[in-house]
Amino acid sequence: MSQTTIHMNDVNKWFGTMHVLRDINLTVNKGEHLVLCGPSGSGKSTLIRCINALEEIQGGTIEVNGNVLGKKGANVDHVRRDVGMVFQQFNLFPHLTVLQNCMLAPRRIHRISEAEAKDKAMHFLEQVHIAEHGHKYPAQLSGGQQQRVAIARALCMGPQIMLFDEPTSALDPEMVKEVLDTMVGLADQGITMICVTHEMGFARAVAHRVIFMDRGEIIETAPPTEFFGNPQHERTRAFLSQILNH
Amino acid sequence: MIRTFGFPELLFILDGAKWTVLMSLAAFLFGGLLGLLVALARTSKIRPARFLALCYIQLFQGTPLLIQLFIVYFGLPIIGIRVELWLALITGLSLHASGFLAEIWRGSIQAVPEGQTEAARALGLGYISRMRDVVLPQAFRISLPATVGFMVNLVKGTALAALLGLTELTRAGQLMSNITFEPLKVYATVGLVYFAICLPLTLVSSRLERRLNARG
Repeated sequence: MSQTTIHMNDVNKWFGTMHVLRDINLTVNKGEHLVLCGPSGSGKSTLIRCINALEEIQGGTIEVNGNVLGKKGANVDHVRRDVGMVFQQFNLFPHLTVLQNCMLAPRRIHRISEAEAKDKAMHFLEQVHIAEHGHKYPAQLSGGQQQRVAIARALCMGPQIMLFDEPTSALDPEMVKEVLDTMVGLADQGITMICVTHEMGFARAVAHRVIFMDRGEIIETAPPTEFFGNPQHERTRAFLSQILNH
Repeated sequence: MIRTFGFPELLFILDGAKWTVLMSLAAFLFGGLLGLLVALARTSKIRPARFLALCYIQLFQGTPLLIQLFIVYFGLPIIGIRVELWLALITGLSLHASGFLAEIWRGSIQAVPEGQTEAARALGLGYISRMRDVVLPQAFRISLPATVGFMVNLVKGTALAALLGLTELTRAGQLMSNITFEPLKVYATVGLVYFAICLPLTLVSSRLERRLNARG
């Protein structure tokens, strides 16, 4: 738990004139599970998208497993290979079967044989309980199933860090649980996780720290018991009362 | 002597059709390859590449095919480049096709949702794999109706080669009409042959579309 894997140092980002990340300082230790929450537009998705360089930063540095982003000539591909990402809209490749979705990146990047890639894909598809759908196309699956495939696809690259960008927000309510259960299972295996989510039950069960963001700033960081039981900042309290009171 | 429209005349027309098919195939092939490069340039991150591709597309979309053919065949020799008729026609048609296909494919590439590229980038896939494995197969499906529509037009566009003196399908028909004085029969035959060339294209395309759509 003591080893640092992500270190964000004074990170600043603008979209045009909009200052979306303000002086972000964040250290994530190996095996740590973070939950990021905050109102929409607070910069939480942008923050995790910076970690695998889907967004460029204009100030500061981000170090991921010893690779420094935010400098010229930064090795973006090395960082991306260590970092898996799961999107709100799943973003499975619709022209490829479930198995092909999982095999593509390992085949192209690790250059492993087709048989080996298939074994690996089946292993992770079994882990997310969807191996029997391997031959299907994404459109033939439910949202929850698609998201579990997306998790398996990311795991096939053997990432040390997993980023989740509102993984259950696009799902019908009855499918949220199957995806959260999969994520809890993943957390139990000790992988480093950063999840942008408003599933506070998940945060309580899995997170080591919960981070509250508003208007591009980290307002509060605390372990879940403290975060939910005794939030320090007015804005955190206002936010929590909005999402918990109903 | 006036000949009647019989089997030898039909064979002459079919011989002309051979050139129409060959020109079309060559223009699909070379125009397609060039068009793909221009479409990739048009959608690239590099500003000058995008601008050059835009100029290229505008140039070939904004001028008549016939003028393009005239420039290659009659214009180039004036600055010292002599071009064989056959080569001039394939060059002109390919350039023309590349401009139109580039623009069709540019639109199709951009119609593939951004999330697809992001997912591929997040997996660590480089530009070549992102295009070959993720974006282009989806863009191909989107572009299919427009691409085939253009190909059908290109087949018919090869008729302009008659004006440069190549005895392709249309010119063969003209010659047969002149010696038989049976324009109705001759040109109806010519029309049917064009139709027979284009029909398989649309049939294959609609079958392909159905197959690709079955994946949901």
